[in-house]
Amino acid sequence: MIAADWHIDEGGGPTLHVSGDWTSLALGDAEGRLGAQAARSLVVQRLDLSALGRIDTAGALLLLRSMAPDADIDFGEREDLQRLIDLVRPALESDTAGKAGVTGVLGFFERFGRQVIGIADDAYQMLVFTGQLIVALGRTLGDPRRLRMTPLVAFMQDAGINGLPIVFIMTFFIGAVIALVGTNLLTTLGVEVFTIQLVGVAILREFGVVITAILLSGRSASSFAAQIGSMRMNQETDAMQVMGVDRFDALVIPRILAALLMMPLMTFCADIGGLAGGLLVSWVTIDISPVFFIQRTLETVDIKHFWIGMCKAPFLALIIAAAGCRHGLMVGGDVQSLGQNVTSAVVQSIFMVIMFDAIFAVIFMALDL
Amino acid sequence: METDAEDVPIRVKGLRTAFGDKVIHEDLGLEVKRGEILGVVGGSGSGKSVLLNTILGLKQPDGGSVEIFGQDIRDPQAHSEVERRIGVMFQQGALFSFLTVQENVEAPLLEHTKLTREYVHDLARLKIKLAGLPEDAGCLKPAELSGGMRKRAGVARAIALDPDILFLDEPTAGLDPIAAAEFDDLIRTLRDALGFTVFIITHDLDTLYAICDRVAVVADKKIAAVATIKELERSDHPWIRSYLLGPRGRAAKKEKES
Repeated sequence: MIAADWHIDEGGGPTLHVSGDWTSLALGDAEGRLGAQAARSLVVQRLDLSALGRIDTAGALLLLRSMAPDADIDFGEREDLQRLIDLVRPALESDTAGKAGVTGVLGFFERFGRQVIGIADDAYQMLVFTGQLIVALGRTLGDPRRLRMTPLVAFMQDAGINGLPIVFIMTFFIGAVIALVGTNLLTTLGVEVFTIQLVGVAILREFGVVITAILLSGRSASSFAAQIGSMRMNQETDAMQVMGVDRFDALVIPRILAALLMMPLMTFCADIGGLAGGLLVSWVTIDISPVFFIQRTLETVDIKHFWIGMCKAPFLALIIAAAGCRHGLMVGGDVQSLGQNVTSAVVQSIFMVIMFDAIFAVIFMALDL
Repeated sequence: METDAEDVPIRVKGLRTAFGDKVIHEDLGLEVKRGEILGVVGGSGSGKSVLLNTILGLKQPDGGSVEIFGQDIRDPQAHSEVERRIGVMFQQGALFSFLTVQENVEAPLLEHTKLTREYVHDLARLKIKLAGLPEDAGCLKPAELSGGMRKRAGVARAIALDPDILFLDEPTAGLDPIAAAEFDDLIRTLRDALGFTVFIITHDLDTLYAICDRVAVVADKKIAAVATIKELERSDHPWIRSYLLGPRGRAAKKEKES
């Protein structure tokens, strides 16, 4: 491979002398320099090809562009170049400037507008999905034989049982941290024994269920979206539709019911984990014996906190599983939309979990609970 | 030696490939001549795609050697040089789904050349046009293309660097007969103008009759025959006979003769 080079002889109508290999790999910076030359509007009328080595379309295009449109090219012995030029020239003639994308301030507003419309569209789609889901759930309740037991049990195992250890460990640490911070603060007031109450209320009422919901979003909303999404890419959902199998019955309902049934169990496990973390820390730092911790929890932490946490679980499970399934069904034909939808399934379900938790807090406050 | 390597760009000798106990190729030999269009046919599961993957270096051979331009493909140094001289169109196009068609074609140019961005842009537009795509196809994503357009976009990317060898994996599969014939014309036009060697895996009898200079038949774990289609018609190998002289084969031949 010999690097491409050229020089222009200006005597008697500018002549372009080319040498070396004019291939895309060998052109190097010869192209940039010739482009700069052309910008100075020096029109080449003749070509000297005697020192030209190999040439490909990249070289041929460059030669054509540096010449005057009416220039006469003498190819001499170079039949290969003749054929190349014949191939490239018609394509070049119909060459019009491509559609330039909108940039600058206008581009910003265009993107912004598209995003706003996108959000509105998403909200509408969510309503449509919710409606379809309610109908499908109602149909399943009316005719329980429609329920597919095998996938239901499989998802209960996958999303629920297999997630129990991680839920337990996560809330164990949360409980431990609450107890640590609590003892530190309350010791200065001389009422460190209230740590037990703090841990009990915080874990049972809020953290147990919210941590479980966030974990379920990360583990299951994403996997639901990815599973259904890859079935969409593979046209499996289309195949179901033409076979007369309802997508909601087959794909959505088992996943949502599995989450709905397992979330309370996971929450319960999270509550136990959180209390265990608090118990351990209280024992180590302020020397409260486990027996006293349990006794004090039973006496001072009202059972209503446990039920308040528990009753949020099915709602959050429904939100999470629905977000996962909905985004799975929204996947188009390409990998990029799969990635996008899995991401937004997780982001949206965590967002909704926090939002609904806040709404529940307000409701329970108003109910004086 | 040098000229020999240039005249026989692909040379497969004594190739053995196997998946576990299942032997796909045993002592397979094949030479592809410079500038020819070689069609590779064989029954489903006979190992055509495995052969392609082995030649491309995507699968390690279990025995024998594959040389491209005289360089053994197992030599990593030589392989990176060879990579720039070959273009591949995979069966489904294998376009990068997160890039537009234009960016797909630009990708190998930006990776391997020192050309300016503007020139790469123009060159990619030229390749897209050469592949027979409409101008506005450049700004579409692969998911927005029809099957035929996706194949053309795959060709545009495969010829981005003006390769010396173009590999096509079932280029006309899934195309309607008119589009398939246009595609055959496209390949022949490009070959005549750019002078590359073409290695086509195909089931399409029309493609064999219309553009292939020679046809290699993969059967019985090796290349059962390499010859022009006319010579193959006289072969007494049972698979070749039923392939070429079956109802579809006769129809393709009749069309060619008319």
